[in-house]
Amino acid sequence: MRRLALAVALLLLATLPYWVGNSYYINVATQTLIYAVFALGLNVLVGYAGLVTLGHAGLFGIAAYAGATLVNAGHGHIVVAVGALAATLAATAMFAVLALRGTGLGFVMITVALGQIVWGIAYRWISLTNGDNGISITARPRPFGLALDSADAFYWATLVVFLIAVAAMAIFVASPFGAAVRGTRDQPRRMTALGYNVWLTRFLAFLFSGFWSGVAGLLYLYYNQFISPQTVALSASAEALLMVIAGGTATLLGPIAGAILVIIMKDVASAYIERWNFVLGAIFVVIVIFMPEGLVPGSVRLWRWGISLLRPHGAPVLRRESGR
Amino acid sequence: MNLWLILSVNSVTLGGLLFLLSAGFSLIFGLMRIPNLTHGSMFMLGAYFGVSCIAWGFGFWTAALLAGLGVALFGAVIERFVLRRLVGAELAQVLVTLGLSFMVADVCLMQWGGDPISVETPPMLRGATAVFGLAFPTYRLAIIVIATVIAAALWLLLDRTRLGAMIRAAVDDPAMARVVGIRVSHLFTIVFALGAGLAGFAGVIGGPILSVYPGLDQDMLPLALVVVILGGTGSLLGSLVGSFVVGFLYNFGQAVFPELAYVVLFLPMLIVLVVRPQGLFGRVTL
Repeated sequence: MRRLALAVALLLLATLPYWVGNSYYINVATQTLIYAVFALGLNVLVGYAGLVTLGHAGLFGIAAYAGATLVNAGHGHIVVAVGALAATLAATAMFAVLALRGTGLGFVMITVALGQIVWGIAYRWISLTNGDNGISITARPRPFGLALDSADAFYWATLVVFLIAVAAMAIFVASPFGAAVRGTRDQPRRMTALGYNVWLTRFLAFLFSGFWSGVAGLLYLYYNQFISPQTVALSASAEALLMVIAGGTATLLGPIAGAILVIIMKDVASAYIERWNFVLGAIFVVIVIFMPEGLVPGSVRLWRWGISLLRPHGAPVLRRESGR
Repeated sequence: MNLWLILSVNSVTLGGLLFLLSAGFSLIFGLMRIPNLTHGSMFMLGAYFGVSCIAWGFGFWTAALLAGLGVALFGAVIERFVLRRLVGAELAQVLVTLGLSFMVADVCLMQWGGDPISVETPPMLRGATAVFGLAFPTYRLAIIVIATVIAAALWLLLDRTRLGAMIRAAVDDPAMARVVGIRVSHLFTIVFALGAGLAGFAGVIGGPILSVYPGLDQDMLPLALVVVILGGTGSLLGSLVGSFVVGFLYNFGQAVFPELAYVVLFLPMLIVLVVRPQGLFGRVTL
């Protein structure tokens, strides 16, 4: 049954350009896949390692900026991809060393500050990043001689990367390393007692997460052929975090569902109102207050609660003690 | 006048403003364990309230006080009706403050538009004052005086009053404070409102120097974060020292490395994180 569902989903995804037809919607699908890769990467840290970060758009942006600089310097696809990902990994390592000095709320505060440094560089270091005007690249690179200029072709290229990312996540979750990462989230002291190096496990999880954020950032650059400080702003990190928590953290499908939800909401919202940030903020507040377990499980719970209100009450139930 | 002297005065002025902003942030974090990401929004909201009050014909100082009170009230409402529901769920509180900060920013954009609004310096404080034979801009000196007075008042409040003693007790050990009969949740509302009000007040009196514009919140929040990470949370002295360090770095950084000023600002924070993660004067470890 699960395999059947998986096969149908794969088939639908692979043939999407044929049954959608309109290139606008194919592009929306491409964007969703790119953000799904980003959300999958972020979920490693937020969901499995239990380390909430608000600086991940910085890593996404570093990959895109490094890629743009390398493309404009006239390098080929391989050099661009390797260079951009190497730069992202180096930055991730730095982020991790600093942010892991704090735990819990300290970690959040440090990642906010680090994300703002990247934003500050993107916005103010004009000779490197061209400031507010951003950097454009003239054409999408042609990896292995494939032309990626049409919406369909780029969709399939993104789909391949996305599937590799999903497979990597599935392997990560099932691996002993994945179990160790979850262990450091739930019981760091016991993990230490068992002989695991908690710091190193978290550091590696951070690197893994940063790598996929970088991949998504590079795809984003190729897709838009443009990168500007807007991409690395705090609101971009918040958006990615919303994808992860909306879909349900520490699940394989959650971030993907979250990315679909957020991109569609953003697309629909921006057609009617220009205030996406307000909607984003409001969704955050609503989700956190009413559905702390994520949008999908939360909706199910609220639905059941609503149904139970409609039903006539039968036998009296023992009153549940409130926690006072 | 000597360029370096001007820079120093500007640095001390910015430090004073940052102290007003970060003292509340630091107390809120120390007491409630919330990195209040709406703190930049409180600063901006105060500035916009001040602009409106001045437009309605209030004097500058009345406007600053009214804006501070307005923002304090707003902070109290948020604490009482939103954050209170999430006590213990620290992460949820961070996310809610983040969501609220986006909403406030967008409402301000809707209400006051996207153009920067400049705030007139109050007439009494225009021009320059001679101190030790050197001319200093009067308004900046006034900010320094105000910040000093408020710092002293805050210190008296925390160190010499019953309320201050209760707040200190709750910062050090909330559970034990409750046991001895301190209503810690009331303190939460008071401290949150106080912090928000100070930030709002700082927004108005910073107006003539910084002007008011969309994005002011996102500019101020990282500064408050740096100050608090640098100085340590829950410590007034830490905020004070951190504010002046950041004030100097920001102004001198802009003069010496214009493109990298924003990055230079974060360097001491990074060093402190590596060497002393609880901050220079931290009472509570991060």
